[in-house]
Amino acid sequence: MLNDNRIRIIIGHYGSGKTEFSVNYAIKLAEESKRNVALADLDVINPYFRSREKWELLETYNINVLSSYVKGSGSDLPSVSADVLAPLQNSDYNVVLDVGGDSAGARTLARYTEYFVEGEYDMFCVVNANRPETQTLEGVLEHIAAIERTTKTKVTGLINNTHLLRFTTIEDILKGQELCKEVSRVLNIPIKYTSIIHTLMAEVPDNIEGTVLPIKMIMREDWM
Amino acid sequence: MAKVLMKGNEAIGAAAIKAGCKYFFGYPITPQNELPEFMSRELPKIGGAFVQAESEVAAINMIYGGAGTGARVMTSSSSPGIALKQEGISYIAGAELPCVIVNISRGGPGLGGIQPSQADYFMSTRGGGNGDYRHLCYAPATLQEAVDLTIEAFDVADQYRTPVIVIGDGMIGQMMEPVEFNEPTKRNLPEKTWATTGTEGKRKPNIINSLALDPAELEKHNIKLDNKYKEIEANETRYEMYKTEDAEIVFVAYGTTSRIVKNTIEALRAEGIKAGLIRPITLWPFPNKAFTEIPAAKALLTVEMSMGQMIDDVKIANEGRLPIHFYGRSGGMIPSPEEIGNKAKEVLGGVK
Repeated sequence: MLNDNRIRIIIGHYGSGKTEFSVNYAIKLAEESKRNVALADLDVINPYFRSREKWELLETYNINVLSSYVKGSGSDLPSVSADVLAPLQNSDYNVVLDVGGDSAGARTLARYTEYFVEGEYDMFCVVNANRPETQTLEGVLEHIAAIERTTKTKVTGLINNTHLLRFTTIEDILKGQELCKEVSRVLNIPIKYTSIIHTLMAEVPDNIEGTVLPIKMIMREDWM
Repeated sequence: MAKVLMKGNEAIGAAAIKAGCKYFFGYPITPQNELPEFMSRELPKIGGAFVQAESEVAAINMIYGGAGTGARVMTSSSSPGIALKQEGISYIAGAELPCVIVNISRGGPGLGGIQPSQADYFMSTRGGGNGDYRHLCYAPATLQEAVDLTIEAFDVADQYRTPVIVIGDGMIGQMMEPVEFNEPTKRNLPEKTWATTGTEGKRKPNIINSLALDPAELEKHNIKLDNKYKEIEANETRYEMYKTEDAEIVFVAYGTTSRIVKNTIEALRAEGIKAGLIRPITLWPFPNKAFTEIPAAKALLTVEMSMGQMIDDVKIANEGRLPIHFYGRSGGMIPSPEEIGNKAKEVLGGVK
């Protein structure tokens, strides 16, 4: 995790679990890293379930949460705060960019492409093979191509985030892994992480690709 | 079919297409935008059409026209947009046309906010427009139920020639859950002999209309509609009883709120408090009968994401038998299981 490049961009299909991954990843990063951590919520697509909703929790981990000029969860205005530039320009910061879904959501990134220099950034594509649009190799490739076109930035790694929330099984994760392996072969990019719901951690087999990131469902209330 | 993970708005759109919906007319509003977006992408693939109208008023009148041809049509919006559609819904009810209208509701009144709310209960159950009419209103609590009820809504609409509302608060539209698409139980649906599909010179033209200037004729029409509503009340009322057999405190809640209440019930039962839930699945017709099936109940506690609307129907159904209490959050605030539990304890403390 500390070996990932300083700027981590998390992209993917909407509903793939980018935000849950980003929030879990940022917390882990804040625990492991000695540098400052900023989480920028660039989501201009979703009105609900955005990482900014969890700013109070994230600040307890000393994570600097950046999002909109409009405070709180009551707005769907596509406004992103200029504050996002600060950690991008300040090399003392580890940055996680939680990007809105699809190529439409990734449009916000075009503003920052000058900071996405090779070796300085990673762009991770979150894949959930249980989402209808990204169940096939073609679906995922199409998706990555659209996002790369919009952002003019190359994806550098894959995250297998295949799940069915609390109903996730190890089979789901392995199914997603097969899909990610195919994508990995075609595009020649590694599977960097496999996220696994923490309740399944005892059953994790040995053949998981990439680093395992145990996921606590922070964005989802117990009654959901 | 294996389960897939979908967002509520998408799942409702996919269910509509599964049910044979060919035409969608709508106008964007948060938090239901993924639904028209999904339809705009998917309907052309099956030879259907998606039209973004210039307003909600235009969209509902396109539904009026589309339904008149006998095609399966749907529109969706959120609270203020549904309010704008009420005139058209009244016309559709008057003209006896089948269609499905989805309301992914948000806080009000007026423009309100974009967070989830259940403050459209009155609008959904009292006939939001003018005149003597009712429409069936389904309130799913899970995405699977949203899928199943949306599919069924098209059949029910055709069977009774009536608009059917599917209402989910914003949370149902925005949350994600695993879903699968199953065939609904087959209904015997009448042929649409009333549809305006062209006479080909072989029959008298069908006329779709809600104007009747002769009062005797209009009264006859109202009686006919009323008989239809009585039939719907008799056949289509639906509800879930959750742990009510021995429950001393019985919650009444629907949609997202009912999910939270179920968590409260588990917590209360762990403390030895016998709690249960009546969950209306149809808001109209309201499940009055459920309130005669709670033998151990000492009090009712209605929980809503509003300042108290369904509680009026609870009072009607209760017929004065039990004390009725209320707990609500509004404006887009979601109650927590704990705060509902505290209210239940307060209520039980006062029950003698």
